[in-house]
Amino acid sequence: MSDYLIIGNGTAAVGCIEGIRSVDNESSITVVSAENHHVYSRPLISYYLEGKTDLERMLYRPADFYEKNNVRLIYGKAAKLDIRKRTVTLADKHKQAFDKVCICTGSSPFVPQFEGLDTVKKRFTFMTLDDSLALEKALTKDSRVLIVGAGLIGLKCAEGIAERVGSITVCDLADRVLSSILDSECAAVMQSHLEKHGIRFMLGDTAVRFDKNTAVMKSGAKVGFDILVLAVGVRAETSLAAQAGCEVDRGIVIDSEMQTTVADVYAAGDCSEGFDSSTGTQRVLAILPNAYMQGRCAGVNMAGGSSSLSDLIPMNSIGFFGLHCATAGAYPEDAQVYEEKSADSIRRLYVRNDKLAGFIVIGDVSRAGIYTSLVREKTSVEDVDLNELKKEPSLAIFSSEVRRKKLGGVV
Amino acid sequence: MKRVYVNEEWCLGCHLCEYNCAYANSGIDDMVKALKGRQIFPRVHIEGNDGINYAVSCRHCKDPLCVKSCIAGAISINDGVIRIDKNKCVGCLTCVLVCPYGAVAAGPTGVAQKCELCLSNSCGEPACAKGCPNNAIVFEER
Repeated sequence: MSDYLIIGNGTAAVGCIEGIRSVDNESSITVVSAENHHVYSRPLISYYLEGKTDLERMLYRPADFYEKNNVRLIYGKAAKLDIRKRTVTLADKHKQAFDKVCICTGSSPFVPQFEGLDTVKKRFTFMTLDDSLALEKALTKDSRVLIVGAGLIGLKCAEGIAERVGSITVCDLADRVLSSILDSECAAVMQSHLEKHGIRFMLGDTAVRFDKNTAVMKSGAKVGFDILVLAVGVRAETSLAAQAGCEVDRGIVIDSEMQTTVADVYAAGDCSEGFDSSTGTQRVLAILPNAYMQGRCAGVNMAGGSSSLSDLIPMNSIGFFGLHCATAGAYPEDAQVYEEKSADSIRRLYVRNDKLAGFIVIGDVSRAGIYTSLVREKTSVEDVDLNELKKEPSLAIFSSEVRRKKLGGVV
Repeated sequence: MKRVYVNEEWCLGCHLCEYNCAYANSGIDDMVKALKGRQIFPRVHIEGNDGINYAVSCRHCKDPLCVKSCIAGAISINDGVIRIDKNKCVGCLTCVLVCPYGAVAAGPTGVAQKCELCLSNSCGEPACAKGCPNNAIVFEER
């Protein structure tokens, strides 16, 4: 019997709970949640504003999830992690003892020190359900919204509120939208689509100073707004791990078993820095599927089982106003690029060292998972029909024998 | 557990499974009304080339990536059967991005759908296998 503690109550925490319970049904699990909510699907906060979901349907797990998994949920912010005494102290001084802990604290918005930011009355970040609810209260049909940041968070926010406000301007210092997942040509297709839906862009330019309802841009231009959304970037929440003596880089450093550099301390999800198999480097892979998988892996190992992850890759499926985009892996500069495109679709495959290193598909994303599996499994392109692969993803790229296993066996 | 399995040597590529699937999941009693003049969104699809054809549908994986990856918590596995809660799905298509078989797709409303073995529709057993004229699709224990 052990006492397991999970700090954080998001996707990685759910993975951890389910991982522990797949091995150990007896020991106690305590979850410390800084947000005053049952676990919800955080990427759905923009869909909530868009009216595509509601608070009930946003629950990431059913209402009886904690009860069914015999989890004690404590609302509060963990302030101090003492690994020698094996206790965590919450902001309200409540102390919780544990034998093993998993840190699933996620990330928080990075807000640069803009001059005059405190003169802006209606300013928001866009990470949590509470952020989304607060933003919603400020929206009016005439609002002029300025979003700083043309990444995934900023643009999903723009889509979510597009029908509820007067105008939306998105600025970003990068010269293109979605610069973390799209190359410039693909980004241009997505930008043009967003512009057709009324989103205005100021790229290669960003706000440097605010004066009440006016942003002064790097270029000197002035932008008037009623509502400001800051979506510049996020930072991994690593302070508790640092207190416990864990090695911290951009995230909490973890090995393939989600163990930090301190015994009995695990970490998973957006706060952690794991292994990106597509580039062979340690990095923060802040995407929901990886958070779940890392959490689950940590949970299994905490409970004495055996689990290891060595095939995590960056990947994103994201759509705006009906135009979908699927990406995965890396886009090395020395890769051979195969491309097919039409007016509103692009399929771009990056092949390097006889492997599919990564891909970008915009438009028809059907069966893109077949590409993703080649990236994840590092399949040699010599083992598949490359001409078929370039045309479209399908199981026709494989030999009959491989297909027989896939479609005729238990997988 | 019983799953849908495919033998490509026997598949004629007739696409009947696609129509049977669309009909079984339409909720409409009359096959003509369910399918005639409509774009269909079957949960099984025929692929192939050079005279080789085969049907692809959800493998109901033992360790499914779609369940772990769903950003809405809308995909769950119960007694080995993987289901999508269409009320929770927001159509982000992350499941399409991760399914190694290409077996999940956007349905008519943009929400993701896939084979759920016809367990909760009027057919009661996989319509693709039941109607396959050449036994190229079977529903059995392996």
